[in-house]
Amino acid sequence: MIMKQKSVALVGDQAVAHAVRQSNVDLIAAYPITPQTIIVETLNEFLSNGELSARYINVESEHSALSAVIGGSLAGGRTFTATASQGLGLMQEVLYVASGLRCPIIMAVTTRAMSAPINIHADHSDVMGSRDAGWMQIFCENVQEAYDLTLMAFRLAERDDVLLPIMVNLDGFLISHTMEDLKILEDSVVSEYLPPRVASLKLDPERPMTFGSFALPDYYTEFKRQQVEGIENALRAAPEEWKRFEALSGRKYTVTRPHFMDGAEIALVSMGTSAGTARYAASKMREDGLKVGALSVRLFRPFPSEEVKKALVNVNVIVVMDRTVSFGAYGGPLFNEITPLLYGTNDSPTIANFIYGLGGRDVTWRMMVDATEIALKKKKTGEKIPKAQFLGVRE
Amino acid sequence: MSFTSLKNLPLKESLAPGHRLCDGCGIPHVVRYALKAVDDHSVVIVNATGCLEVCTTPYPYTSWRVPYVHTLFGNTGAVASGIVETIEKLSSEKRSQYFDVIVFAGDGGTFDIGLQALSGALERGHDFLYICYDNEAYMNTGNQRSSATPMYSRTTTSYAGKAIPGKLERKKDIIGIVVAHGIKYAATASISHWRDYMTKVRKGVEVKGPAFIHVLQPCQTGWRYDPALTIKMAKMAVDANVFPLIEVEKGKYKITYRPPKKILVADYLKPQRRFAHLFLPENDHLIRQIQQYVDQNWERLNKLEKFSETG
Ligand SMILES: Cc1ncc(C[n+]2csc(CCOP(=O)(O)OP(=O)(O)O)c2C)c(N)n1
Repeated sequence: MIMKQKSVALVGDQAVAHAVRQSNVDLIAAYPITPQTIIVETLNEFLSNGELSARYINVESEHSALSAVIGGSLAGGRTFTATASQGLGLMQEVLYVASGLRCPIIMAVTTRAMSAPINIHADHSDVMGSRDAGWMQIFCENVQEAYDLTLMAFRLAERDDVLLPIMVNLDGFLISHTMEDLKILEDSVVSEYLPPRVASLKLDPERPMTFGSFALPDYYTEFKRQQVEGIENALRAAPEEWKRFEALSGRKYTVTRPHFMDGAEIALVSMGTSAGTARYAASKMREDGLKVGALSVRLFRPFPSEEVKKALVNVNVIVVMDRTVSFGAYGGPLFNEITPLLYGTNDSPTIANFIYGLGGRDVTWRMMVDATEIALKKKKTGEKIPKAQFLGVRE
Repeated sequence: MSFTSLKNLPLKESLAPGHRLCDGCGIPHVVRYALKAVDDHSVVIVNATGCLEVCTTPYPYTSWRVPYVHTLFGNTGAVASGIVETIEKLSSEKRSQYFDVIVFAGDGGTFDIGLQALSGALERGHDFLYICYDNEAYMNTGNQRSSATPMYSRTTTSYAGKAIPGKLERKKDIIGIVVAHGIKYAATASISHWRDYMTKVRKGVEVKGPAFIHVLQPCQTGWRYDPALTIKMAKMAVDANVFPLIEVEKGKYKITYRPPKKILVADYLKPQRRFAHLFLPENDHLIRQIQQYVDQNWERLNKLEKFSETG
């Protein structure tokens, strides 16, 4: 049954804070960094007003933020923290421990460029630098999604067949500081959807266990193999959980979001806020008679290879938009996920990779049209997989 | 609870035998006495990366009969913070059984890389006991200098050569640092003085808020003495006033043990080959300098004690 919901206007950070407030969270670790700060500030306001029952620790660094929620998670609690950019960088070694110890921590990342030069605006260089840390990664496109996907993340992460941490990525400023209308569920409805966590494995004097062993070459590989199983299970688990949420909210979520992809000959593939721009660019080009579709990749880890392949297998020209640089590589991370999926398919498509939007640089629909035109030219010249090129740069 | 004789100590061993620590290692004493001191409490152990962690948890084995967690080298203060806050909440909601949290971390994990996380945890006041086992170097990686390494000690990153006689800097005053946070209980201890140590552990666990104990843990492998002499080395450090036994309760300093027969620093240094170069005739003045610093520190502690009594 679709539940009654309230329409409110919030910025993305506040929307995430509301989701956390409603989620029966036991422990929050807080450390400021733009553009995430509003999340922990809003949560603190809830706490001070008696609207949040979680314990709240003002840690002295992001290294400690993630360490503290690992502790809370192993003690059996539901835990949350938030960060961006340098904060995620400082967490680097701790990220691998959170996933390795199977802690279902939820962390909102307001994506932001990495220093140097220092910059506070959106790009994906922070989260892409951590893409092999064993965390799931979900990209939001707008404020509503930031709220919904945060709520849903707890259930997905805590499933025994998954049991892994999740980064909920919302583009810095473009979502975090942008006010939009959204619908939020009632507290009681969320509480029923997400009752307090019952951990099957935890620090328990009745059942002493050792967490964080020293595993040598004779066992290390099996630990990693099990993690692979957990994260791959999420490919099945995420749609299940999201369907359950759809029944409550009426909002449908899928691991990718295809737009005009049926019969499309050209596709614009992107993640996060620029997906909306891509959809608009596609509709503009459709007016000109080009059969363009757009594909937004919502779940980046685990990567929904089957769905992406299915969506793109009949497309001739694919424009892959990466909001980060993989220095010295042939292309960006999204390009590197997609290209092997299409290897050897009937008529290997042209796949053109564009690096855009670094440090918050605006990307317009016209730029996406430009990118498509470049890709079409490559197709004509027979260059199937050109090297990544910058979009909107002073050379 | 008072600990009258070794014979009357609880028999329960929370750290099982069969671990892989070196022969003559002092770490098991640090852990076993501590856990015997609070054997009537439910405890959870948080351990930093280091010798204790590596030697007690080689998967698929574990020496721990109590719940145990190791995550990283420099974050135990933060991990403990998160566990304490969560278990307080969950136990008050009857979702979990309450337990006390005890951290074990080496000197590297405490004085150096873990200092920030420790400081944050002490400042915030979470209720846990932090025990630093101090073997005066990064031993797990093979005896490199830490800020707890004593002056003129030879380590693999403070070689004693013709030009430089080992580590040139003095040992960091970790007790001074933790006391500056205004915590209710801080103490030093030595595995040779088990009754003193266990009494302090008990106080540390029972005090509300963070408590800190700095235990000297002789390491035959790094200090290079006869492995049979570990307890003796610990005792000599105390008797030479190199490692005075004190406690600081609510800011008040107290010397908990006064060596009835003080020995010379040189007597303590002599059996340890990390100090062998100091016994070359040309380095005589260095030993005198260490003696001077030790005397000054003892005087300082006596003054602090007196000041605490009167004012
Ligand atoms: C971030 C990080 N840096 C370095 C290391 C390597 N390392 C592991 S144990 C250790 C030494 C630990 O020394 P200490 O804390 O004194 O404990 P001990 O080995 O003496 O028990 C070092 C340097 C590490 N594990 N993590």
